[in-house]
Amino acid sequence: MSTAAAQVPHVDVDPFSDEMIDEPYSMHEVVREAGPVAYIPKYDLIVVARHAECQSVLTNWETFISSAGVGLANFRHEAPFRPKSILLEADPPDHTVVRTVISRIMSPKNLQQLRDRFEAEAVTMVDRALEKRTVEGVKDIAEYFPLKVFPDAVGLETEGRENLLLYGDMVFNALGPRNELFERSMEKYKPVSSWIMDHCKREALRPGGLGHLIYESADKGEITVDQASMLVRSFLSAGVDTTIGGIANTLLTLARHPGEYAKLHANPTIARQTFEEALRYESIVQTIFRTTAKPTEIAGVEIGEDRKVLTLLGSANRDPRKWTDPDRFNVERNPVGHLVFGAGIHGCVGQMIARMEGEIVLRTLAKRVKEIRLAAPHQRHLNNSLRAMRSLPLELVPA
Amino acid sequence: MRAAVDAGTEGIIGECGGAAMCGTCHVLIEEPWVDRLPLFSQNEDDMLECTAAPRQANSRLACQLRMTDDLNGLELKMPERQR
Repeated sequence: MSTAAAQVPHVDVDPFSDEMIDEPYSMHEVVREAGPVAYIPKYDLIVVARHAECQSVLTNWETFISSAGVGLANFRHEAPFRPKSILLEADPPDHTVVRTVISRIMSPKNLQQLRDRFEAEAVTMVDRALEKRTVEGVKDIAEYFPLKVFPDAVGLETEGRENLLLYGDMVFNALGPRNELFERSMEKYKPVSSWIMDHCKREALRPGGLGHLIYESADKGEITVDQASMLVRSFLSAGVDTTIGGIANTLLTLARHPGEYAKLHANPTIARQTFEEALRYESIVQTIFRTTAKPTEIAGVEIGEDRKVLTLLGSANRDPRKWTDPDRFNVERNPVGHLVFGAGIHGCVGQMIARMEGEIVLRTLAKRVKEIRLAAPHQRHLNNSLRAMRSLPLELVPA
Repeated sequence: MRAAVDAGTEGIIGECGGAAMCGTCHVLIEEPWVDRLPLFSQNEDDMLECTAAPRQANSRLACQLRMTDDLNGLELKMPERQR
């Protein structure tokens, strides 16, 4: 144990236990109220759970680096479980080059060209859902955009896309400890690993899609062909399970808050803000790590070099120091500054397409559906870093 | 950008929270200050092509301007719209 651990309050919690993944909010409060910085003995780990400290760790990339991994594993001392992401698990200057390329491809201007197609798809989806009236919210609504519309936009073939779910589940489990959740998802992923890698190649992607735009950057010499393939891998791992869970959590939250849904139904133009507030309220990404590159301090507490630091994003997004009435879902709130997409140079590069997906799904539902009711209790899907959903039976009452 | 959002300033959205992804914290820098700001990154340059109000010679993204003592007194204007 370093000197830092002796100074900071110890919290005897395990954010990666089944119980805490299923319902993390009491644990968040314990860690948040223990102090601006706390220590988890079980993992010999520094943790920050308040908004200000989480934001400061995430934006100070010179001190809190990503190249040693953004999960619990420290890549300085153990081998990564897969070749490192050149985007997520990299620092400037290497990171800057690929980030610039991918940011341009995911820019609002480029995404605007997808909007009409996305809106037409949303109408088809809601038509089908309303025919059924009682739907499985995960399969019938939440998965529709991330598994159909988004991979279409990337240029991925239709066959075998459910493999993306196994990959995403494994990648986000791998950010936590090597527990049973990780081992099980790794076992399920192994048979499809070659499918994933094959589908990052140029010849596997349809011309005109976002995937090909990445390869065009390689043609121009901005990145290498190998880097282009790695960036497509980032699309496939980071853009699916996260968005599905974000939309599923939003649907659950709206079903639990009929008064707030009524406001959205009355005024569908608040769909974008509603999605944003739902992302704050139930953070799809719960945990992300950094590693100290040098001795430093957080809120006056000294932290040694080469220490893993856990930021509890879901807790920051409900920190009463930042948010008035944080445990209240309020579609009239301005939730800008929540940390579900991270912050700073590593802020989620797909956040604008995720927002567009969520906004269009919600706005289309809001126009056509008067009420969203829970038809049966929902079931969470346990994952080390995602607040994911297995099953969400919903009844849709047509407008 | 963060100071403006925390103060509830009308006309600055900052939707992406400062990741230079959304182009909704577009500001127009007053003449004497333009050359005193840090240079653009390529990323900011690209993103300024995505702003709702057309880019001008003195356009910047507020989220990419870290406030320092040197910038004390910085004057800027808001564009007509952010989205």
